Amino acid sequence: MSWYLTLPLVIPFVASIIAYLLRSSPLGAWVSIIGSGLGLIASIALMVVVLDAGVIAGQMGNWPAPFGITLVADLLSAVMVLITAITGFAVAIYALGDITERQAKLGYHALFQILLAGVTGAFLTGDLFNLYVWFEVMLIASFGLLILNGGKEQIDGGVKYVALNLISTILFLTGIGLLYGMTGTLNFADLALKVEEVENQGLLTVVAMMFMVAFGVKAAVFPLFFWLPAAYHTPSFAVSAVFAGLLTKVGVYALIRMFTMVFDHDIGFTHTVLLWVACFTMVIGVLGAAAQSDFRKILSFHIISQIGYMILGLALMTPLALVGAVFYLVHHIIVKANLFLIAGIAKRLTGGTEVYQIGGLYKSAPFLAILFLIPAFSLAGFPPLSGFWAKYIIVKATLDLEMWFVAFIALAVGLMTIYSMTKIWAEAFWKPHPEGIEPELKTLPNKAAQLIPVAGLAVLTIIIGLNPEPFVVFAERTTAQLLDPSPYIAAVLGETP
Amino acid sequence: MNSIILIAGARLQAVLLLVFSAYMLLRGHNAPGGGFIGGLIAATGFVVYAIACGTADARKALRFDPGSIAGAGLGIALLAGVMAAFWGDALFTGQWLFIGETEDSKGIPLSTVLVFDIGVYLVVLGAILSIAFSLEEAV
Repeated sequence: MSWYLTLPLVIPFVASIIAYLLRSSPLGAWVSIIGSGLGLIASIALMVVVLDAGVIAGQMGNWPAPFGITLVADLLSAVMVLITAITGFAVAIYALGDITERQAKLGYHALFQILLAGVTGAFLTGDLFNLYVWFEVMLIASFGLLILNGGKEQIDGGVKYVALNLISTILFLTGIGLLYGMTGTLNFADLALKVEEVENQGLLTVVAMMFMVAFGVKAAVFPLFFWLPAAYHTPSFAVSAVFAGLLTKVGVYALIRMFTMVFDHDIGFTHTVLLWVACFTMVIGVLGAAAQSDFRKILSFHIISQIGYMILGLALMTPLALVGAVFYLVHHIIVKANLFLIAGIAKRLTGGTEVYQIGGLYKSAPFLAILFLIPAFSLAGFPPLSGFWAKYIIVKATLDLEMWFVAFIALAVGLMTIYSMTKIWAEAFWKPHPEGIEPELKTLPNKAAQLIPVAGLAVLTIIIGLNPEPFVVFAERTTAQLLDPSPYIAAVLGETP
Repeated sequence: MNSIILIAGARLQAVLLLVFSAYMLLRGHNAPGGGFIGGLIAATGFVVYAIACGTADARKALRFDPGSIAGAGLGIALLAGVMAAFWGDALFTGQWLFIGETEDSKGIPLSTVLVFDIGVYLVVLGAILSIAFSLEEAV
């Protein structure tokens, strides 16, 4: 059973090693694609098993929990692993048209696979210290990808990124130390049982806040988000797409995991803080986006504002709100990664990402314009695309709780999102190119490699949008597991807790 | 640096360090030592050689690109973990073979743990050397 859990981790590592040894040959990119493809198959297999069994757990090296390293997949982990594999596969194909030979020689494909392994590991681990290790794997790989063959701008973004993430790491480690001192365990399942026995519940809340700040930096919530817009517009487009899709969501995942399973002792305090954080994150993010004029910077600020919706779902802590948060996570990864990939194509066609200096895409490349409209409208919450259902569920949850003001903010932020999306649309697509260039898709090098992943992700968005029923049912099952962790605990610790 | 004494000394020292690193690697499981320390000691040997005779000579003596050594090491370490699948165990479960086992002696113990340590040895050796050589060449 444990090999279902292990394979999505082992495959990217193997792919990374082979890609690194073949880094000087064009085969490296294909190793990355095949590796991601096999990883996708392994994640689907994991998903099938988890759908059937509910929760599966495996003890690495056969050391029993809570002492050894536990890998565990409930529905939330399984769906995150699957969506990581889908994004990874799409971006691996896109890299054929985006990554230069020089970047490949420096080990781009190997680092990319390690990043995928790190993200997958973070979703699968059942142990807090192990989560820290996967965060580090991700941080090292992502720093490498950020500055790969980069100039001043890349190093500048990279240093800000690493400095802030290191602060988060230190807080995370301190929190781990304190929590271990209080409970004597770091295994999620064991923690869920032991935190109730801690005498000093006040101290537990303090530790919970440390984790909230640590994961908050990773998730880029207000007021800890500033590393994200500083870094995400600098690297190559394939890199920024996978960052935008996956990295912040690991922080959100960690918040959801910890604040539903372990730190649910003082919801009145911790989740109220989360509620304020969520509202500020939504508003500040969307205002930031309105002030920007660079394609990728607008999208980066949108990530922040959208993270707010997910945190809002967690903060409300009702079943419906959590359903919304899970749905939002899945929808957002697909859409956001896709928008960054499209930004890359737009840049190669028009020569820039500053929206005031480019244009004419609608007239000369209408196919790309349609591909942009789908994720852009989905992100803004137009029916019947996936983003509409995600927003609808969250807003419905706030209305059910009669939190009128919060619902108003969520809807207003949606409107503001449309405003800045319209800016990209009007400037980059509608108006004629100021230098009279007529960018046609025909001129794109390696056209198929760039358009197929973009089209594939757009189709996924439409499928979720037109047929949300099974996805909502799935999110409901996931939420039921989050709110009642006893099957999770039983799977990890054995039948007798 | 062109010092005959240093070059002659460094050659001897590099050899000694490499032999010592193999010794540290092999005694590692139940005594202080192991792949990480072994790899560091072996890297020290090559760094001493590079300082005395230049990185070009040291790279030649190493025969392989340090980055590739690290990559291969990672592969070997991973292989050690995956080998557990043949016995139907979870990833990284140690598998042991005792050669010449008797009632009161374990004989010669061979294990996948040792394979893992060899992988770590190569990763550390390769990683340290690619950093050290780059720094040495940048000066």
